[in-house]
Amino acid sequence: MNMKVNIAGVELNNPIITASGTYGFGREYGEFYSLNELGAICVKGLTLLPREGNPPPRITETYGGILNSVGLQNPGVEAFIEYELPELKKYTCKVIANMSGNTIEDYCKMAERLSDSDVDMLEMNISCPNVKAGGVAFGTNADTILNITKEVKKYAKKPLIVKLSPNVTDITEMAKAAEQGGADALSLINTLLGMAIDIKTRRPILANVTGGLSGPAVKPVAVRMIYQVRQCTNLPIIGMGGVTTGDDAIEMMLAGSNAIAVGTANFMNPYACVDIKKGIVDYMEKYNIDDVNDISGKVIVK
Amino acid sequence: MSHDVYKCKVISKKEIAPNIIDVTVESKEIASAAMAGQFLHVKCGDDISMPLRRPISICDAEDDKLRFIFEVKGRGTKNLLLIDDEIDIMGPLGTPFTIDNDKYKNPAVIGGGIGTYPLFKLTKELDNPTVYLGFRSEAQVTLEDEFNSVCDMTVVATDDGSYGYNGYAIDLLKGKIENDVVDIIYACGPKPMLKAVKALAEANNIPCQISLEERMGCGIGACLTCSCETKTEGTWKYKRVCKNGPVFWSTEVVL
Ligand SMILES: Cc1cc2nc3c(=O)[nH]c(=O)nc-3n(C[C@H](O)[C@H](O)[C@H](O)COP(=O)(O)OP(=O)(O)OC[C@H]3O[C@@H](n4cnc5c(N)ncnc54)[C@H](O)[C@@H]3O)c2cc1C
Ligand SMILES: Cc1cc2nc3c(=O)[nH]c(=O)nc-3n(C[C@H](O)[C@H](O)[C@H](O)COP(=O)(O)O)c2cc1C
Ligand code: FES
Repeated sequence: MNMKVNIAGVELNNPIITASGTYGFGREYGEFYSLNELGAICVKGLTLLPREGNPPPRITETYGGILNSVGLQNPGVEAFIEYELPELKKYTCKVIANMSGNTIEDYCKMAERLSDSDVDMLEMNISCPNVKAGGVAFGTNADTILNITKEVKKYAKKPLIVKLSPNVTDITEMAKAAEQGGADALSLINTLLGMAIDIKTRRPILANVTGGLSGPAVKPVAVRMIYQVRQCTNLPIIGMGGVTTGDDAIEMMLAGSNAIAVGTANFMNPYACVDIKKGIVDYMEKYNIDDVNDISGKVIVK
Repeated sequence: MSHDVYKCKVISKKEIAPNIIDVTVESKEIASAAMAGQFLHVKCGDDISMPLRRPISICDAEDDKLRFIFEVKGRGTKNLLLIDDEIDIMGPLGTPFTIDNDKYKNPAVIGGGIGTYPLFKLTKELDNPTVYLGFRSEAQVTLEDEFNSVCDMTVVATDDGSYGYNGYAIDLLKGKIENDVVDIIYACGPKPMLKAVKALAEANNIPCQISLEERMGCGIGACLTCSCETKTEGTWKYKRVCKNGPVFWSTEVVL
């Protein structure tokens, strides 16, 4: 049985990736199981300089999902390269550096710096709903996506994944713009902008007022968007948004993704990634599928 | 690794005050590793409809028995109330209380409401602590006899004066500090109480450990959602309550 997938020239041992921001730099979950189990780890969103993030509360549960407003707390690119990356390189999983910035220059500088490091791929997050400048502002306009992707590509010597925001009217426009700009792969979806109010105090639950919705509740939106994007591009797609079980992963691959990322599910079940991988194997055995790549995009729409 | 997820058999479960549920489960692994002040991340529903675990403090741990006490509040704890066979628990988690019986000969312990439960194991392990327990009213007073059985001095206060001292527990602690020696304070309870304890301790130069609450995701330090504000500048201005805490030195944090 083949579980290997190839994303923009980088071979992953299996299609399981950790979703940025839910898995830190792998240290904590690495105590539960070996990171060798993963296809790749996508690390916490990095910025050029360290960031302290938003005030608490930063998380709440909603029906079947969660809202978060962490706001990219991270130690910055240099600290990542110096202290975290060497640890991650001890494992067979590939390392994806997730980048966020306030300006196009920030992204370019980060892409340049990270390209000189041992990371395997770069993921450009132009879809974070929890920061004021940059972030999602870059990801909701096709022209801006085209422009920023083109610029960052000049500095990226590693495959560049563009992470798309679901907070748009037409996801295919955004995907096409990223492809035109030279993206090597796409990942989707980031969180959906949401809000929750405490009816007793009449105050928003998150100090940031709004936050990003993730978890099982967003899966149908993710599946739909992946399906639509698959119709308009041949770029590899990393699908994410609510994947909690092996069946969810299969559904997302049928819709068109080549690999899947697991985020919120880790919180409930620290072994989620391992269990999801097992679930994929079970499905393949049951349906006599020898190669995991044979599932991608195989939804039948008459 | 000192923590993991376990399916823990429920040994006993009873309502000890209105909506306050006292639970003992079987878990040799968690009970033997548990330290006073640490917490459990408890699964209250299925992964799909309820993606987050709920943090609940360890009240006591002995041999293979693990005890926690929770208040029924929202969706999660309402559901937890219904689980009678096995509870899925991740733990023990977080930084425990610092216990140093050689250095601190006169510890004071102060708790408010559900914040009194995490102090039970601590009280058992301290030499000669004075314990102040504050509750809203007589109906909420719990565990008084048990605290009394593990330390020489437990004083209960109620906000409405319906039981014990008429007023806030912190006033009792203030009196103790004025008239006697207190060389360390341990506190857990509602934020206003913690603020007052922090101010009192710092005004009197008494080292003070407080246990904080914050909404949590992963519970193990990976997601950075449980942050509390500290006096550190920069990236770690916000520390993780689940990993760096829940117990902090009062001087570390901004409340
Ligand atoms: C370290 C720690 C130890 C705790 N120990 C105890 C204990 O021993 N006994 C006890 O009764 N309670 C304790 N709590 C509080 C307990 O976690 C909340 O009462 C519980 O999460 C409420 O969940 P719910 O589903 O009933 O409420 P809901 O309001 O429906 O919960 C919605 C979301 O908010 C979170 N949330 C709501 N209130 C709190 C809170 N005060 N703190 C953290 N998260 C919250 C929930 O976990 C959930 O993710 C502790 C909290 C922390 C952080
Ligand atoms: C707590 C939290 C933090 C996140 N931080 C980032 C981030 O730093 N960068 C990023 O690109 N996406 C971030 N995301 C989005 C996830 O990577 C993912 O796209 C989204 O959560 C959907 O997947 P899920 O439903 O499996 O969680 C974050 C999500 C959560 C829940
Ligand atoms: S709850 Fe995830 S870091 Fe504390």
